[in-house]
Amino acid sequence: MTVMDPTLEEVKRKAEEREVLLDLENVSLSFGGVKAITNISFNIKKGEIRAIIGPNGAGKTSMLNVINGFYQPQEGVITFNGEKRKSMKPHLAVSQGIARTFQNVALFKGMSTLDNIMAGRATRMKQNMFWQMLYWGPAQREEIEHRKKVEEIIDFLEIQHIRRTPVGTLPYGLQKRVELARALAMEPELLLLDEPMAGMNLEEKEDMSRFILDVNDQLGTTIALIEHDMGVVMDLSDRVVVLDYGRKIADGVPDEVQSNQEVIDAYLGVSH
Amino acid sequence: MFYRTSGQFKTSYESDQALFPIKQDMVLLVVILATMYVIFPMFASEFTYKALLVPVLIYSLASLGLNILTGYAGQLSLGTAGFMGVGAYACYKITTIFPEMNIVIALFLSGFFSAAVGVAFGLPSLRIKGFYLAIATLASQFFLVWLFEKWAWLYNYNASGAIEVRTMDIFGLVVTGPNASPMVQYYFVLGIVSVVTFAMINLTRGRYGRTWKAVRDMDIAAELVGINLMRAKLSAFAVSSYIVGIAGALMVFFWKGAAEPNLFDIPMSFQIVFIAIIGGLGSVMGNFLGAILIVALPVVLNLLPEILGISIGSATMEHVNVMVVGSLIIMFLIVEPHGLARFWALIREKLIIWPFPH
Repeated sequence: MTVMDPTLEEVKRKAEEREVLLDLENVSLSFGGVKAITNISFNIKKGEIRAIIGPNGAGKTSMLNVINGFYQPQEGVITFNGEKRKSMKPHLAVSQGIARTFQNVALFKGMSTLDNIMAGRATRMKQNMFWQMLYWGPAQREEIEHRKKVEEIIDFLEIQHIRRTPVGTLPYGLQKRVELARALAMEPELLLLDEPMAGMNLEEKEDMSRFILDVNDQLGTTIALIEHDMGVVMDLSDRVVVLDYGRKIADGVPDEVQSNQEVIDAYLGVSH
Repeated sequence: MFYRTSGQFKTSYESDQALFPIKQDMVLLVVILATMYVIFPMFASEFTYKALLVPVLIYSLASLGLNILTGYAGQLSLGTAGFMGVGAYACYKITTIFPEMNIVIALFLSGFFSAAVGVAFGLPSLRIKGFYLAIATLASQFFLVWLFEKWAWLYNYNASGAIEVRTMDIFGLVVTGPNASPMVQYYFVLGIVSVVTFAMINLTRGRYGRTWKAVRDMDIAAELVGINLMRAKLSAFAVSSYIVGIAGALMVFFWKGAAEPNLFDIPMSFQIVFIAIIGGLGSVMGNFLGAILIVALPVVLNLLPEILGISIGSATMEHVNVMVVGSLIIMFLIVEPHGLARFWALIREKLIIWPFPH
């Protein structure tokens, strides 16, 4: 018996069944006269891998920045986990369960891999300054408890050998992986990945794809990712939303999107 | 050969995160502490205490305070001496208003005043960074020295405009004022510096240290991992100014015995910045190495001709001194721009694998 690829209908039905985690309704964002995002609505469902694609300057990163509270949209309603969001700050988004990585690696370069990942758990550590100064009793217990969790993530992403290395000295592919580890340390419900494979070679891309699938599969994390490598996007994601000039031009399962004429035009251009 | 880490396996996170995961470091620390607590007092004269040991400890402490702010949290400050002044004047006022209070308590209380002032002047850091922040802290420096001069209440309306430390004792042992023995004062300062240093080593390797370093290395990313930037920056200002304030109070009460407002002027701020940079930003030990180089070395160099039996005029020696210390600073910074602490870290790495080069 051969394993059949699921048909388009089956894939669509699976997507329909899932619960909505994040819902964006008519979101618009502008900087002065520049409209970064115009009237976009889409949702991200629990447990899926959702890709956001589009040509350069389409508003993909702005979209992620809106989702994790870095930008305040002028219009629109954002609902996360059934709760309507009012004003948002990035550090509050983290405590609600939204973590992200960056297009350009944004690690703390002077710190070791271990410290970088431990920093991802900063909001979860509660012991006061007095115990911290003694590094004893509750403070030590807390530190060790989080260290155990961090070590699990280190094992998961196979970066044991660089635990003590300052991240500034690591090669690019590993830095991206440490950044993913730091985001995972926040134990997010929704993980936003901004071009996780930019600038990687084929082997590193394959590794990263495997980690993304593992995170989604084993930890049950919902993932929204921006990526330019279409092969990766179409293979990994459950659903794809396509932006162009700050507008949504297509939304659906990969096969649908790929055959959408507007998407093809946006990527390849049209003759005038 | 003596500095091998092989065979020291860690089987628990407790031992992996211990203060000294390597046994030899522990031995080294015990040797240093024994020297400080036992061997120095056996030989030191009054001059050694007053000109070498106590100043080095106090400057190290002030530099440690600055290092928390600049080295760990990445907020450049040129107002250190001003905050030291706040600590000194606060301690002076506390001991006048509550004459019965134990000096140790007064000292630790006065740190809170400098911490509060530090937080107030740290507020601009929420909006501005780098050199611009340095200018804002420079403003605090000028303002505070002006305040020490003009607000007569601070120096109890003394005709001289200076604060003078009266004789105080702890359980009958005289610790401040002209009658205090230098050795007692040395032990007192050493004790406080040891306690604060221990606390800061722990603080900087735990959650607070990571938060501060994250803000230093990339503040936007720090915010997006859930760190509240305002709290992180202001806590760095508070802890830093607290330590700096204690250092200032120690300086007046246990070393100088009296102080005029201009003691806390900008040259001292710069001197402490130099100690922190040459010692190594983002390191606790570096402050001590930096203070030895900048504070103690000139004193030792001045004594050198006398010890060697060479007769050089004191004015000439003064010039030679400036040249030697200056060129040493330049040399150290060229050899290792990250400061003496990194220099030690490199030596350590080499020692571990010695005699092999890699």
